[in-house]
Amino acid sequence: MAQDPIAIKGIRQGLLITLGEGPWDALMEALERRLEKGAAFFRGGRAALDVGPRPLDEAQIRQTRDLLARYGVDLWAVRGTAEATIVATVRAGLSPLLAPEGATGGAVPSEQEETPPVPAGGLVVERTVRSGQRIEHPGDVIVIGDVHAGAEIVAGRHVIVWGKLHGVVHAGALGDESAVVCALDLAPTQLRIADHIARSPEERRRRPVPEMARVRHGRIEAVPWPHR
Amino acid sequence: MSARVITITSGKGGVGKTTVTANLGVALAMRGQRVVTIDADIGLRNLDVMLGLENRIVYDLVDVVEGRCRLRQALVRDKRLQELYLLPAAQTRDKSALRAEDMVRVCNELRESFDFLLIDSPAGIEQGFRNAVAPADEVLIVTNPEVAAVRDADRVIGLIEAEGKGPARLIINRLKPELVRRGDMLDTSAVLELLAIDLIGIIPEDETVIVAANTGRPVAFTDNSLAGRAFHNIARRLMGEEVPFAPIKEPGFLGRIFRWMRSEGEEQR
Repeated sequence: MAQDPIAIKGIRQGLLITLGEGPWDALMEALERRLEKGAAFFRGGRAALDVGPRPLDEAQIRQTRDLLARYGVDLWAVRGTAEATIVATVRAGLSPLLAPEGATGGAVPSEQEETPPVPAGGLVVERTVRSGQRIEHPGDVIVIGDVHAGAEIVAGRHVIVWGKLHGVVHAGALGDESAVVCALDLAPTQLRIADHIARSPEERRRRPVPEMARVRHGRIEAVPWPHR
Repeated sequence: MSARVITITSGKGGVGKTTVTANLGVALAMRGQRVVTIDADIGLRNLDVMLGLENRIVYDLVDVVEGRCRLRQALVRDKRLQELYLLPAAQTRDKSALRAEDMVRVCNELRESFDFLLIDSPAGIEQGFRNAVAPADEVLIVTNPEVAAVRDADRVIGLIEAEGKGPARLIINRLKPELVRRGDMLDTSAVLELLAIDLIGIIPEDETVIVAANTGRPVAFTDNSLAGRAFHNIARRLMGEEVPFAPIKEPGFLGRIFRWMRSEGEEQR
């Protein structure tokens, strides 16, 4: 399979979708496939588009915005180096910059923040996550407490639970197969990493040991954690 | 002097919220407390039937909120206990007849003259539940030792924590010691481990509760049933007394020792 021309990652302002090389129609198709796969995760989010030097016209921007809107994603910015792209972006009523207007300055100026891969920071949850509660974050999610059955954790990257993990968990929800799930008692109702899905064994262990789930050879496997 | 407002809720229906409310009201009033039980289940009222006060209702909670009567006029005094009152729900309306602010206002008005306001919440997690929880100082969660009921209880505990009403305390209702002994029912420790909240009472399954509900005479009036005693124990705990939990025979003492020895053995491996 050719390398995916679409890269999606989490930044502080939401998702950043980077379009790579290739004909426009193929890119749109590839983007739609990615959106379909992660539909539940993307819904309700906002995204910025990075097109690099490729010049985009207003119709293409509108097309992308409509495509994202169908999956419940709000396109708010388009970043490109071509002048045509910037003009078209402004005409389409979107921001040509990734820093939101009036943003209170974080530790890093936004221009630097966007250089190489910027993983969204970790989200630390210091409580019991109960049935019906859903934690969603484009970066790592760390839970200090238990995740009960009926709860959901969805993370763009790793999920670490310092406690029991009995709910549904999805790590690498943006397609990152290198994401892992660690828990002191790893017994999720269902465990997903990127687009792999696994269930826990039916019978519960009498004495749980900390485990880490990861993708190896196209399957999810659990190994003792720390791994020796 | 200001009353404590305690909401009794569960998420799942049919686990015994109304039974618990009626019996706690009776038990507290028998212990000299001034109590109002409030039926917040607009449209599906039951608390009046369980207390045997159905035929005394003139006005109801919605009448109060909509200004058709004064609050005092809607209170129904129990026919047996001087200090026990019922504020009934309207039967011909639905949950939308009430807003959370209305409940808060009514409770604030009652606080001055009573020791306990017990609110019987409707099942579910929608508006009716939110109305019932809004004025609460404390929340009691009723569950049965069944996976579905426990799952719903967990959901509700999460919502209550999010409202800043916690920590809720748990009542396990309709526990059947025989089934627990055979390993066919969740035992108390399993429920507590699943929910991770404090326990305030365990009510054993008891047929006299059903008879009592149908005749409008809650079991807490007499002290000769297991369930009646359990309700009085909860009332005492609410009043701040330390009451040990009655030893309902669970997994079996020997079984537990056996399990413990086994796990120790594993440790050595």
